[in-house]
Amino acid sequence: MAMQQMQLKVNGTLHTVMEQPHRTLLEVLREELGFTGTKRACRVGDCGACTVIIDGKAVLSCLTLAVEVQGREIITIEALGDGDRPDPLQRSFVDCGAVQCGFCTPGMVMSAKALLDENPHPDPDEVRRAIAGNLCRCTGYAKIVEAIEDAATRLA
Amino acid sequence: MSDYAVLGKRLPRVDGPVKAAGSARFTDDLSLPGMLHGKILRSPHPHARILRIDTTRAEQLPGVRAVIVGEDFGDYRYGLRADTRDEYPLARGKVRYLGEEVAAVAAVDEDTALEALELIRVDYEVLPAVTDPEEALLEGAPQLHDDKPGNISVHMKTGFGDVDEAFRQADYVREDRFYSQSVLHGFLEPNAALAHWEAPNRITIWASKQSPYFLYRNLSNCFNVPLSNVRLIQPYIGGGFGGKNGGYPVDFCAVMLSKKSGRPVKIVLTMEEVLSSHRRRHPMIVRLKTGVRKDGTILAHDCRIIADGGAGTGVGPSTIANAFYFLNLPYVVPNVRYEAFRAYTNRPISVAQRGNGIQQIRYAADVQLEMIAHDLGLDPVRIRQKNAVYTGYRTASGMNIHSCGLQETITGAVRAAEWDTHYRPWREKENEPLGRIATGVGIACNSFQSGARLTGHNCCTAVIKVHEDGTASLLTGSTDSGQGSETVLAMIVAEVLGIRLEDVFVPQTDSTVTPVDPGSFGSRVSSTAGNAVLIAARDARQQLLPVAAELLKAAPEAIEFRDCKVFVRGAPDKALRFRDLTRQTVAWGSGTSIIGQGSWGQTVPPMNFETGEGDASGAYSFGTQAAWVEVDTRTGRVTVPRMVVAHDLGFALNPLAVEGQHEGSIAGGVGHTIYEHCVEENGQNLTPNLTAYGLPTVYDLPREMVSLSIETIDPVGAFGAKESGEGTQVSTIPAIVNAIHNAIGVWITDLPVTPEKVLKALRDKKAQAKATAEGQS
Ligand code: FES
Ligand code: FES
Repeated sequence: MAMQQMQLKVNGTLHTVMEQPHRTLLEVLREELGFTGTKRACRVGDCGACTVIIDGKAVLSCLTLAVEVQGREIITIEALGDGDRPDPLQRSFVDCGAVQCGFCTPGMVMSAKALLDENPHPDPDEVRRAIAGNLCRCTGYAKIVEAIEDAATRLA
Repeated sequence: MSDYAVLGKRLPRVDGPVKAAGSARFTDDLSLPGMLHGKILRSPHPHARILRIDTTRAEQLPGVRAVIVGEDFGDYRYGLRADTRDEYPLARGKVRYLGEEVAAVAAVDEDTALEALELIRVDYEVLPAVTDPEEALLEGAPQLHDDKPGNISVHMKTGFGDVDEAFRQADYVREDRFYSQSVLHGFLEPNAALAHWEAPNRITIWASKQSPYFLYRNLSNCFNVPLSNVRLIQPYIGGGFGGKNGGYPVDFCAVMLSKKSGRPVKIVLTMEEVLSSHRRRHPMIVRLKTGVRKDGTILAHDCRIIADGGAGTGVGPSTIANAFYFLNLPYVVPNVRYEAFRAYTNRPISVAQRGNGIQQIRYAADVQLEMIAHDLGLDPVRIRQKNAVYTGYRTASGMNIHSCGLQETITGAVRAAEWDTHYRPWREKENEPLGRIATGVGIACNSFQSGARLTGHNCCTAVIKVHEDGTASLLTGSTDSGQGSETVLAMIVAEVLGIRLEDVFVPQTDSTVTPVDPGSFGSRVSSTAGNAVLIAARDARQQLLPVAAELLKAAPEAIEFRDCKVFVRGAPDKALRFRDLTRQTVAWGSGTSIIGQGSWGQTVPPMNFETGEGDASGAYSFGTQAAWVEVDTRTGRVTVPRMVVAHDLGFALNPLAVEGQHEGSIAGGVGHTIYEHCVEENGQNLTPNLTAYGLPTVYDLPREMVSLSIETIDPVGAFGAKESGEGTQVSTIPAIVNAIHNAIGVWITDLPVTPEKVLKALRDKKAQAKATAEGQS
């Protein structure tokens, strides 16, 4: 398939890449741009590990063609926190024990961030709804829900 | 209460920040210059003879760098023991399950590799297949392995005491059949390997392995290279649960493709490949006959098992032995008889999964105990208290209990579940009309091994390097696949040296650097590797003591290490900073290195796979779980809004990590009980995605999970600790199934508890009640 030039704005920086139009955002982020924090697990929209934020909404990057999101604001896990100072969500995930193997964590954090950016004071049901598409085999979700509520308090 | 500075505290895990930041590197996150991408061709048949494989067209496709088939590996086979080596990196002669690996390709990108797979032509002669373990054992069934007649992969027959006499003495005997289905490990990170072969004979491989030293030995044998030339570097692991223990085709193929192409090769399975053809938990048919006195005292178990082993043996002998061991615990069973067949079938290979054979047997035994309590009008809590084992108990088969808080876990679970408020026996409720939502509570107990005792190398070793600035590195071959063992081991170092957790760094396993280790299975890391770390840390401290004694002008015995200081006991002003001590020690005389080392093996002789006599471990955990269920009597849907885990874990090294293990166990157990299920047709998984398979989402799991730790300070485990992450999943199933009976009065003996089964059971019960009523009128 013919290569096509694409411009993707990721974490505030514009990247120009040559890509085939059938490539997913997940593939381009991980393989071309080196944003490997976004995880590749099921590749078919079941697990949420590949969640990124596009124009403020949590989106599954494995179901999104890179070519479709040119000119949009794409945020990956790498944009959160800065050096020694993690984002409150990242800190709450660690402190509350919401991280075990960590493979679901970046996607969970991004789903949670999209929620808190839009709704800073979610109730537990809203938190659960926000991560209903993110699977985790390790934690049983209790500490993840707790971490998101904890972060909301820290941000308040 | 113990006076520890670091242990016993709710400390966040040391690898949390990098994982939350997205900077923790898993295997698929790695790449090397010139790296190729590998893909595997799989069998479309559950059973077939391979007549011919033609790879010519695939090799000619531009971008393809290597194509391999079974012959490339010669006659190499692998397996747990010399007599169970029945797996091939790529199929030879026959394929034995749908999805078995037949050929592999390395190409410049994944798309090209996939295209090449389509160009490989394989001619098969389709053979009759057998996918049911009972049928596989019948005369005339299709045979999988020429050297294993009758499709018997493992057979174990044993017994202790006089079972027949016990049944004669019994006031009540009942026999039931239970079935536990095929359950997948469900880790989110698919199996992956990145291999680099350097001529003439050096292998470097990054692979997602919870027990990397199996693969290290496998690769040395398979490729005939010395162990010193096998460098297995362990990246972060996205969950294992028993499904990332040994070497698998993905690993062997990555190395062989690299050898053939001269380039690094990465293979990452798709989730579909993992779910339809990777390893899984043993499905089991358990027939259990139990005799009791009328007060509920268990007199004997007679148990027959047929396990579905799939097409290979894997760690099957340990699964079959485990099921026997834990027929003997957590209740007193004076007489026991056991016969198990692990049958080969044309299905993917069954291996260990969080609990390795123990869930299946305890599901049967604890639900049957509840049936007996119901039949005899006994209280479910009292019958468990009456039969519970205790410290000093020795099972009929010779397992020795050195610490046991089972009674306390029962009391704790009952209290936390507010049992007395919520529990009403089904007998009292059975004449009341069932509402739309029926509720019930259930209870079940468990026991588990703290470090499975297997044959061969069973010891953990730790090396601690103390740096001159007062920090330390811990080298261990024990991996952390998410359970938090890295943090717990680092806490032990910090405790003994009196430094902070953040002063201890645990590099990941690297087989050329870290000590050889059995692996992270059978709940061994905290207790067994923990003891090795404890010894190593004491050794390092011992090396610092002479200099400390000299500088502080005190006897070495009087010196303490705590809060980053070294001081004389009782005279805290006679102190120096730990890092001043390390700096001075390193420079003492003409200089030295502070390297502590420790090994800890098992305290019991190896298990006997044939008779099952002796100990399965040096220490056993005990626990109780209580479940609260809601059954929608119109739809058949079961939910578990609340679950309690009370676990005798010896000592909670890190209560935050312990809670995480308990909650994760509930998640796995609820999934196994209610949701997870492979729909299969003639060996094909029709549900090869996480949603259809039923991996639980946040909506499917209890909103409320209570975790209680009962501390009994075991004499064997590090600081008295026992396991706390596997046994906790053992009693989840029976607690829920018992609660379902308490809610609607039906016994579910066939997992998972789907809505259809619940509705059918309710219908059958109604029909039966009607028939009885008519019979009486
Ligand atoms: S990888 Fe995108 S949803 Fe699973
Ligand atoms: S922490 Fe392992 S999948 Fe969520």
